[in-house]
Amino acid sequence: MNDRVLRVQDLSVHFKVSEGGFFNSQAHVLKAVNGVSFDLSAGETLGVVGETGCGKSTLARAILGLIKPNRGRVLWLGEELGKLDEETLRQKRKDLQIVFQDPLAALNPRMTVRDIIAEPLWTFYPKIARVQVDERVRGVMKMVGLLPNQVNRYPHEFSGGQCQRIGIARALVLNPKLVVCDEPVSALDVSIQAQIINLLKDLQTKLGLSLVFIAHDLSVVRHISDRVMVMYLGCCMEISARANLYKRPLHPYTNALIKAVPVPDPKLARVDADTGLTGDMPSPLSPPPGCVFHSRCPQSVKRCKLEVPALRRMENGDWVACHRAEELDLTIGD
Amino acid sequence: MTKQAEKPIIDPFEAALGVSDVKGRSPWEHAWHRLLKNRAAIYSAYIMAGMLVLVMLGPLVVSWESDFTDWDYTSAAPSLESGHWFGTDAVGRDILVRTLEGGRISLLVGLVATIVSLVIGVTYGAVAGYYGGNTDRIMMRIVDIIYALPFMFFVILLMVVFGRHIVLIFVAIGAVNWLDMARIVRGQTLSLKNMEFIEAARACGVPPWGIIRRHIIPNLLGIVIVYVTLTIPQVILVESFLSFLGLGVQEPMSSWGALVSDGAQDMESAPWTLIAPALFLTVTLYCFNYIGDGLRDALDPKDRL
Repeated sequence: MNDRVLRVQDLSVHFKVSEGGFFNSQAHVLKAVNGVSFDLSAGETLGVVGETGCGKSTLARAILGLIKPNRGRVLWLGEELGKLDEETLRQKRKDLQIVFQDPLAALNPRMTVRDIIAEPLWTFYPKIARVQVDERVRGVMKMVGLLPNQVNRYPHEFSGGQCQRIGIARALVLNPKLVVCDEPVSALDVSIQAQIINLLKDLQTKLGLSLVFIAHDLSVVRHISDRVMVMYLGCCMEISARANLYKRPLHPYTNALIKAVPVPDPKLARVDADTGLTGDMPSPLSPPPGCVFHSRCPQSVKRCKLEVPALRRMENGDWVACHRAEELDLTIGD
Repeated sequence: MTKQAEKPIIDPFEAALGVSDVKGRSPWEHAWHRLLKNRAAIYSAYIMAGMLVLVMLGPLVVSWESDFTDWDYTSAAPSLESGHWFGTDAVGRDILVRTLEGGRISLLVGLVATIVSLVIGVTYGAVAGYYGGNTDRIMMRIVDIIYALPFMFFVILLMVVFGRHIVLIFVAIGAVNWLDMARIVRGQTLSLKNMEFIEAARACGVPPWGIIRRHIIPNLLGIVIVYVTLTIPQVILVESFLSFLGLGVQEPMSSWGALVSDGAQDMESAPWTLIAPALFLTVTLYCFNYIGDGLRDALDPKDRL
């Protein structure tokens, strides 16, 4: 397939937690993202799910080059972003945008909505006429469902959902090709979540965007994704087409996550609400050897403790990092 | 089948599209409205405005020259008949006009030294905080080194090398005062630069200088303004202190500090030589402090909108 716009190969981001001082010579390294690979086609949506602290947000920032990866590469339209110089990378940002988790914190409190949305325009087209900017800003506001006559208002005068729409408008004003959404709905209440997700979905079909949509629960991602990537402790566990993932997950962790999705109907509430998981997520400072998930995996065997499973391709085109993917049948019965 | 009358579309969204722009209220306006409710700060601001007019125009109205020696009235008590409303000093100079002219110097020192520290401190602190890492480390160590110099020693050294001159006072105070400002601004920048809107700006391709100018400095301004209003009285006080020690302004020029110093020597025989400049000085200091307090309350980021 050659319509891949984004290729991420073996991407790793490590943070030094402590330098290793005078008395303690051991430096701690937190592997926030560890060897993640995937690719994305034009107009496709990749959902990324995982528990808090599994490196989703770091992945988002690393894709956009906001954090320098320690290993691996991000290829945008065949060009490696990490190899570009500052100015060229800045020019590439026209195509790559991000929507943040906390809608209010992502907006400068001292700028009007017009200035916030217009900032990318001014940055890339400093000579553009004021009238044109105003027109474009109003156009984008209408597109995301904001009243254009609110251009002179300040972020604190809007609700959380509206602020998120402003954030989306800012991301769309330059007609980007890829938008990375870093948990865009987790700070919003459920009814607003649906609105924002539907908005993103509509905009995606209308504008042909590629989306990387990060969320921490599967039910949110289900709506919008074409494929879903599951992360655990900085590692990629599974990348599957949506239909496959929710019907027959390949990885025991995915299975547990699906089981953990609450059912809103008490009559249908699953008897076996048990996810099969034991214990807590291990500290990312000292991930278990072998498969990072083996310490909590109900299906783990001896091999899992010794060997790191590679992310490999299954017959149906899905990817999984589990030694026992073929032998396990994790079909979800409804 | 009857044809239904076409209903007008009542979509609030569509309807609002034609409505003229709504005016927003910026955080500055909110702060301004809070400040207006603070009576102590507002009255202080009026008094300071009055003080400024008095100091600037007063000497033109008063009939005495500041260096005119009235031999008929040396160490004369305040009186309306003699025309020396605030009395005269030991060599017969009018206290009122000297206090007003001294005020010019004191306020000028306060303003100029503060502006110098503001410009240097904000730029330096914002750059150090935003770039971080080794840049930050080196820049802040330089601040620490300058900070460690004893201030009086520094002033005396300047006086010895360059001789006594009013400009040196600006230089000396300005050179030391920006350090505090730089530290405050750096600290604020450090906490600001991890905010998501800064990251959003980076993701939009805004160059670093644009981020400092458009995002960091406007969000620092609240705390900087508060600090400035508290720095002005501090600087005036430092200048008074230097003048009191004889390191400040030179005769025949004067400042409130120098006048208080002179007055303190004749305190027992001619208390009015102390009272007038001391009164002007303290009123000014109080007013600035009240304005600073009022601004802090108005701009307090915790008391959010």
